[in-house]
Amino acid sequence: MAKDPIGFTLSAVNKVAGSTWIDKLGLRKPAERIAYYSTRAGFQVLNTANDQLQRARQLFPLRMTPEDKDSSRVFDLTLSEEQQLICDSLDLFARTVLRPQAASMDECALLSDEIREQVRELGLVEAVIPESMGGYMRAQSALTSLLITERLAWGDMGLTLGLLGNMSAANVLIRWGTPEQQKRWLPALVSQPQANATLAVNEPGILFIPHELKTTLGHCDNGYKLNGTKCLVPLAEQADLLLVPAQMPNGRIRVAIVDSALKGITVTRDDGMGVRAAQLCEVHFEQVEIDEANLLGTLDFNYQHFTDLASLAVCGLAIGTCQAVLDYVIPYCNQRYAFGEPISHRQSIAFTVADIAIELESMRLLAQRAASRHDQKLPSHREIYLARVLCAEKSMEIATRGVQLLGGHGFIKEHPVERWYRDLRVIATLYSGLHA
Amino acid sequence: MNLEIPRKFNAIIHQAHQVAAEIFRPISRKYDRVEHAYPVELDMLASIMDGMNDSDFHGGAGASKLRQRKERDAAIVNGTNMSTVLGLIELCWGDVGLALSLPRQGLGNAAIAAVATPEQLERFKHLWAAMAITEPGAGSDSASITTTARLEDDEYVINGEKIFVTAGSRCDAVVVWATLDKSLGRKAIKSFVIEKGTPGMELARLEKKLGIRASDTATLVFSDCRVPRENLLGNPAIDDKQGFSGVMQTFDNTRPVVAAMAVGVARASFELTRELFSREGLQADYLLPVFTNHAAIAEMYRMEADLEAARLLTLKAAWMADNGMPNSMEASMAKAKAGRVANAITLRCAELCGSLGYSEKQLLEKWARDSKILDIFEGTQQIQQLIIARRLLDKSSTELR
Repeated sequence: MAKDPIGFTLSAVNKVAGSTWIDKLGLRKPAERIAYYSTRAGFQVLNTANDQLQRARQLFPLRMTPEDKDSSRVFDLTLSEEQQLICDSLDLFARTVLRPQAASMDECALLSDEIREQVRELGLVEAVIPESMGGYMRAQSALTSLLITERLAWGDMGLTLGLLGNMSAANVLIRWGTPEQQKRWLPALVSQPQANATLAVNEPGILFIPHELKTTLGHCDNGYKLNGTKCLVPLAEQADLLLVPAQMPNGRIRVAIVDSALKGITVTRDDGMGVRAAQLCEVHFEQVEIDEANLLGTLDFNYQHFTDLASLAVCGLAIGTCQAVLDYVIPYCNQRYAFGEPISHRQSIAFTVADIAIELESMRLLAQRAASRHDQKLPSHREIYLARVLCAEKSMEIATRGVQLLGGHGFIKEHPVERWYRDLRVIATLYSGLHA
Repeated sequence: MNLEIPRKFNAIIHQAHQVAAEIFRPISRKYDRVEHAYPVELDMLASIMDGMNDSDFHGGAGASKLRQRKERDAAIVNGTNMSTVLGLIELCWGDVGLALSLPRQGLGNAAIAAVATPEQLERFKHLWAAMAITEPGAGSDSASITTTARLEDDEYVINGEKIFVTAGSRCDAVVVWATLDKSLGRKAIKSFVIEKGTPGMELARLEKKLGIRASDTATLVFSDCRVPRENLLGNPAIDDKQGFSGVMQTFDNTRPVVAAMAVGVARASFELTRELFSREGLQADYLLPVFTNHAAIAEMYRMEADLEAARLLTLKAAWMADNGMPNSMEASMAKAKAGRVANAITLRCAELCGSLGYSEKQLLEKWARDSKILDIFEGTQQIQQLIIARRLLDKSSTELR
């Protein structure tokens, strides 16, 4: 029986409350306090949520379906109840699970099996799979994926990049996969033990253009041979499944579904400035044999649409991490004294905080509009592009301002702002790893 | 979630755009050159606007309709705040100065709409009301104004000097901020409706300006100017908690409108620049990563993203006002972002277009001058940052000054 949204929320709360790792990390007391406050309000919602959900379904039977581009809908920034429930539970998870381990996972460049298991139990992948394919969403939603990415990234960007590989692969397979590809891979992404998937798009070198790939799929007797090098690939060492876009002989780009056990694949760690928990790798493909059946989707596969949704997910990483910066600098600037008063009483400090908030809200509105247009089947390419342009520029600005506000303390590992600074540098560059 | 403009606003957007394209644009340069000449073309427009604003269809639009919904119920609506910002974006795409000169669309009308009693609303509804707050010695620090209002018999006697009064010479009335007792600080500040022709009210001069020259900016002097006591807007009691903050709340409704004006003029510059570029074969395809484009195209992308952000922040603030959500921080965010990006975009477009951008043959240089005021009036960039920062950091105006 597929989990419904309430089950999803309860399971999230339950995982936190019922686990042993929470004691190991000395987090039980703080987690309980948070759980109390967030569920006191939350459960009142939960009690009525089922009814409301039923009602909502009757009211909007066509929501997120093609007919949905009805322009008589009101301008409304309110999340659906499902989305709100997912956000609330992921906020709790990010705060109590991801954030406390972020520093050590970054330091050790590690993503523990324990965290992975907790995320699997959360049912994130099921959350994006439509009912018709055994999940519980009524329809696939880029906005929901964006929200999931954002909320987890608040906890830690590196962990999120590593943890969302399966959700991203599921998004890809649901959107483009043939029924056979979906049947083969979707169950593996949610089962126990779980197959690990990752997306390999970036290629080494300056001025990478995702539409001009050097990786190729050349014809051979039994199908195709994959050749080339991909980089910024999260968790490639542990991946069972790689989604690899490459140039076809006819000039088009298709995505190869690559079983990592195939011959000719070499994975080397290529850790970077940040997102170290995601254990970025370079993956080299040499004469790797790919069946026609393992080319994602059919001939009408739209690669631009594919990279758009990667960009949208990257916007989610940026928004969540920048929200973390804002939420951190506010209490810091209020508590830090200089010249006899909190530094937040100085305009140069206070205005910096205000500007962070303005640009963060700008990033969020652009990304949400793009995602919402996508879900309404309205043209969204331009909107996603612009959201990415803004997120790339403003997120790094927010990160460096975050460090600056803490002064010397921002430069040392006592505080997380130096990590966010390192993490956010990847936003402008990243195409691998995620898919909304 | 839906961030698209509902179809029901198509008509008002279309109407406003027609006014901008067919009436404002053709006379835009003319009234930039002959500052202080009255744009007679606007008179015929006034009745059209009145019709637009009073239409029952989605509650109308315009300055006199800007009211925060008091109650919050379940159903989300898009109302008069939304339609007003959408209309102003289009009008200011045409010309900011002319939009500010539209009869009966003054900021004073917004102030009356926000704080007037029902009786006053009825009495003043046909007035074109300007807003007079700033004094030679008090701008952003509006709590320190020195214009006084003294109650004598059944009349208030107003004394003082007001500057930077937009539409101050063309309006029918002015909403004047004055203090009942200077020693009592901001809580003694009230606003008064003073109709044109009231003895003791004198138009001292009109300013010559960097931009928005089609709009008159007046200095008004009040010497023992007597108005009926019923012309004090709202509650006359000094200890009334809604006093100064009540008047300040006017700004929660008008800041998104000024943000909308900024979005309009920035869009004008952006669209013309894009057109001039495409004539030279430089076109945006939204495909390549930003740094692999022509530098000018990369700059166009950044400007377009900022413009879109300003537009969405503006719509969000208006949406909140329409649905009774407190929006003071969001209104300031919209105003801060839109004010600064409109100025930056219009200046950059003038630069990108080279001599075409600088020459009076095009309107780009004019828009680059017009936009500057939008980052200043209705609260400067810095005042918006103060409001946002105080809210985020939970600081009072005595702590974060």
